[in-house]
Amino acid sequence: MAQPNRPLSPHLTIYRPQITSVLSITHRATGVALTFGAVLLTYWLTSATYGVDAYASAQALLGSWIGRLVLLGVVFSLWFHFANGIRHLAWDAGKGLDLPTLRATGWGVVAISIVLTLVTFMAAYGAAGGG
Amino acid sequence: MEFRSDLGRVRGLGSTWMGVHHFWMQRLTGIALIPLIIWFVFAATGLVGADLATMKAWVGRHYNPVLLGLLIIAIYHHGQLGLQVVIEDYVHNEGVKTASIIVVKLAAVLLAASSLFAIMRLTFGS
Repeated sequence: MAQPNRPLSPHLTIYRPQITSVLSITHRATGVALTFGAVLLTYWLTSATYGVDAYASAQALLGSWIGRLVLLGVVFSLWFHFANGIRHLAWDAGKGLDLPTLRATGWGVVAISIVLTLVTFMAAYGAAGGG
Repeated sequence: MEFRSDLGRVRGLGSTWMGVHHFWMQRLTGIALIPLIIWFVFAATGLVGADLATMKAWVGRHYNPVLLGLLIIAIYHHGQLGLQVVIEDYVHNEGVKTASIIVVKLAAVLLAASSLFAIMRLTFGS
């Protein structure tokens, strides 16, 4: 199809990144990442039904350094999407839509998701001494 | 000025004939996932490095299989709704778009069904 030669309104690349727009696309990106996390959950569950060996290799894969790196990404995506999803639900109720509140809750979401990711990883690996 | 007919407005189904169903289901599954995720992360951090017997015992204990099943349903329903929107926004070829959405939706059903079946096998043993 031929592109009509008409002026376009300024698009994404012309704007300076702002906390509102950056978190918006991050919400979408983490959502996509979490569908991969869901597949990992299914893999973990189904591997257990195939017996000790299959479960052991799933545990080994998820417990390897690359497995933990992926899980770190999944856990951060989870808490980000969780916190920002609640922010979205507040907007649906018509709350917190003015700019100062948007920026404050936006940075709040960033802080909460980092803290919860660290807490989750310490709970998962800290007590077991990295095991 | 209102361009829609009274009947169209009352039905509230919009141009896609879906109305707010997609929007509403996304919110409903999102709200359901708030307590389910807190519960699951709490449990999962305790299962790191657990052997098969411990893992099976946890899956089958009390209400765990029910909550796990609901978690799986909510996750895959929420996930396929989200991926559908991403595809609709970025894939502009009509055929590729429709095919991608079909693949996503069928894969979500397959993965959810496999997970639910696994939960049942782990709970009832076999």
